[in-house]
Amino acid sequence: MTRLRKSPSTFTLLLPILAVAGFAAVVFAAARSPVGVSGREVGAEISNLKPTVLVVDRTLAKEWKDVGATPASAATDLQVFRRLSLALFGMIPSLEEIRSFEADTRPDRLDHWTRRMLADPRFNDYFAERLARMVVGTEGGQFIIYRRDRFVEWLSNQLKDGVPWDHTVRSMLTQQGLSTDRPAVNFVAAAINEGDIDENKLAGRTARAFLGQRMDCAQCHDHPFAVWKQEQFEGLASFFGQTKQTITGVEDMPVQNGVQQEYKVQDRKTLKDRVVEPRVPFHPEWMPQEGSRREKLAAWITHPENRRFERAIANRVWGFVFGKPYLEPVDDLEDPKDGETDMLDVLGTEFREKGYDLRRLVQTIVSSKAFRTSSEPPAGADEKATHLSECHWAVFPLIRLRPEQVIGSMLQSSSVQTVDYNSNLLFRLIRITRRSDFVKEYGDFGDDELQLHGGTIPQRLLMMNGQLAAEVFEAGFFNPTSRLSVMNSSDEKCVENAYLVCLTRRPTAEESTHFSGRLKDLKGGERRKAVEDMMWSLVNSTEFSWNH
Amino acid sequence: MSTPLSSRRDFLRISSGLGLSILLPALDLRAATERGPARPKSLITLWMAGGPSQLETWDPHPGTKIGGPTKAIKTNVEGLSIADHFPRMAERMDSVCVIRSLVSKEGDHERATYMLKTGFRPAPALIHPSLSAIVAQKYDEDGCKDLAIPRIISFSPNQWPARGGFLGDQYDAFKIFDPKENLHNLAARVQGTRQSQRVENLSVVEKSFARKRAQAKATLHEETVKSALTMMTSDQLKAFKIDEEPKAVRDAYGDSQFGQGCLAARRLVEVGVRAVEVTLDGFDTHADNFTGHALRGEKVDPAFAALIHDLKERDLWDSTVVLCIGEFGRSPAINPFSGRDHWPSGFSAVVGGAGFKQGLVLGKTDPEGVAKMPEDPIEVQDLYATVLKNLGVDFARERMTPIGRPMQFSAGTPIDRLLA
Repeated sequence: MTRLRKSPSTFTLLLPILAVAGFAAVVFAAARSPVGVSGREVGAEISNLKPTVLVVDRTLAKEWKDVGATPASAATDLQVFRRLSLALFGMIPSLEEIRSFEADTRPDRLDHWTRRMLADPRFNDYFAERLARMVVGTEGGQFIIYRRDRFVEWLSNQLKDGVPWDHTVRSMLTQQGLSTDRPAVNFVAAAINEGDIDENKLAGRTARAFLGQRMDCAQCHDHPFAVWKQEQFEGLASFFGQTKQTITGVEDMPVQNGVQQEYKVQDRKTLKDRVVEPRVPFHPEWMPQEGSRREKLAAWITHPENRRFERAIANRVWGFVFGKPYLEPVDDLEDPKDGETDMLDVLGTEFREKGYDLRRLVQTIVSSKAFRTSSEPPAGADEKATHLSECHWAVFPLIRLRPEQVIGSMLQSSSVQTVDYNSNLLFRLIRITRRSDFVKEYGDFGDDELQLHGGTIPQRLLMMNGQLAAEVFEAGFFNPTSRLSVMNSSDEKCVENAYLVCLTRRPTAEESTHFSGRLKDLKGGERRKAVEDMMWSLVNSTEFSWNH
Repeated sequence: MSTPLSSRRDFLRISSGLGLSILLPALDLRAATERGPARPKSLITLWMAGGPSQLETWDPHPGTKIGGPTKAIKTNVEGLSIADHFPRMAERMDSVCVIRSLVSKEGDHERATYMLKTGFRPAPALIHPSLSAIVAQKYDEDGCKDLAIPRIISFSPNQWPARGGFLGDQYDAFKIFDPKENLHNLAARVQGTRQSQRVENLSVVEKSFARKRAQAKATLHEETVKSALTMMTSDQLKAFKIDEEPKAVRDAYGDSQFGQGCLAARRLVEVGVRAVEVTLDGFDTHADNFTGHALRGEKVDPAFAALIHDLKERDLWDSTVVLCIGEFGRSPAINPFSGRDHWPSGFSAVVGGAGFKQGLVLGKTDPEGVAKMPEDPIEVQDLYATVLKNLGVDFARERMTPIGRPMQFSAGTPIDRLLA
């Protein structure tokens, strides 16, 4: 619960990176083919995914019918394209990408571009960071012993290599060795406090992250709603009771220095230590006879019949792409009911049957009607009906963007070309800025990243008057302000480009008239100022800061 | 997923309608300059994040098995001793009430923070407003309009600052991470016509977004922009400038973020801010509990004592409730790392100011740490009903929530013994 130390201003940190980015942009623009990043696609074949998406859409349709929600019409391709970019890369699309997307005339171009974006390193990096927050939070932990950066990099590689999720989870739960050499071990290493493994923290995180259930409260008392008892929590913690931090890193040692290792807790009544045997809270038959304590736990968590495991990740991924999970709270789901299936079961079953493929899960959700529906309620819907539709994904909900999405989008809107690069520059930048004033002031959501909050006054002040925003939009050598004002011949074209760059859409007739009027007859510095003012208004709008 | 019977927007409409019906703008300016009990009430919460140990603060048991190395000192209240980390507070205990027997059922940080900020246990489908939000909502309900700066301010918050809950995000606290230097971005980058043109431009963009999306209003984005713009030019911003205080005053509060936050809290209450929360983090001492509490005591003691002194001196004490509390206490048992673990039964809080008795002690914990429940257990909701009553809030009246379920602001009963 410690807060981050004060760091130098964002811009000081960004300046060298921006300069490099500017130079790289020029070089890359020259070297690159006009199609953009690369045409490579990964994930499920479009035809192969269709039946799955159909089942999801049918489930949605049934939900809408049951609650009496009228679905909105389909969103435009460009709207969905913006959402995809925000969901998969954490930033809006560049003008370059928009042009390339619009040049693609295939009727199923959204499906192709989804596959293409899943092949982009930005996806792996962005999702790795979000998964890391889910499993180890944002804390730095003990340096050397715990290397969060290595862990995120490892998760990114797991995504890139398409490693099945159950496999990844088993690695995290069972890995032994050093944090640098065996990055999966950082899941356990994140819970090392002064050389000791915090079994309670690990048990709590395991249940929250992989089962979507909060057992931590059972640490002290029985869970208020669910079936968890204190002894069940202790039983779960005991699976980590033979795991030790040694000179060679994290190790499982049933016997240490000739002594049989037991997990002991102090009894609150007698104040005496008692031994707690490892015990799972339900279905012990899913646990294998063989293996270390952690191996047994990992096998139990990822057992194919463990619905909680697949439901939890389906709900998380839904939350990652929409900004709001399908069911809340994301880490304290109600127990699934026997004989009843809902959306999470539909997604979860498909996920399991198709080899626990995270990319396919993402692909399924973003291809569903829920993701591709408009955020404009059907004509005639009153507030109550709209709210109902938003709750049931019949109208795309307005969701506030995450701080990284805002910063990513600001950087993107400061460049006509795509901010990506082979070296995942943006994500190095995000790692730096996560500690920076911008994110700190904007309000990092920390571990509670899927909780919904409205925007705040300091955020608005930061966007309107802050240093970073200013540097991005006050004409510099590589930002679009100077380009837009200089390069574009007509006022209308200049306005249109500004809209595409910031809002991924074209201005309405009224907007075009308004802003063209502002630019009319202006030249040189005066024109540049008017373009700056236009950009300021675009990025300070609801439309910029909220996914829609 | 629950089906809401009425949307948040209905609720907002209804509540703002209520506000308008009793609008009395003429009273506002007088309200901030009013002194004594007639002044509108404010709440200052000193939030001890992580769960402060009762044994190292207001309820020490030196010389017992559970007491640890912490010593006790006498205070200016007959028979009341507190931990020796609080020498200045020892001379102010005759102003406040100590409760040593708070009980709750929440032992997880997040759930317990929710409970201790709202007075309710976390429930699915509905988020309760924090005490701070309730006080600010009363400001709106009374039709006040005098503040151009936020009604609720949270200094150095951790990840769970005071929230508006079902009252809406506009009752979330305004967060200031460092009271000494973090209030910036208040100057517009451009002046005069350019700034007004920017604002005009913005409304053109907003209009086309909202035209087909009535729900955009509920994001409160435009409203927040408007509040930010108003705040940028307000005289009341001076309240944040703690460096305008004489050095002696600033020193009295201590040169810590927490101390300066408490000083800023006093200045803000003076201009009419209704709720200020000042957070001190780091009480989650599972290891090295005793050093941890000694260090934090050094920050809390001067700040809390100076705050009481100043509020009294400026005749603001009778219109301000000061509450020093955390999400739970810490276990009587000392763990192998010289730490104490979470303890939601029998923990302490200090409360005083508007409507409260002075120099009172309630409850008693077992010095041997065997009995889990304290003597004279006090429920959080009853303490909060007392706080709300003293803040002039009709907490028992049911208000409609966005899920269509009427709710009270507190389900507790005020504790008569605490009332002056």
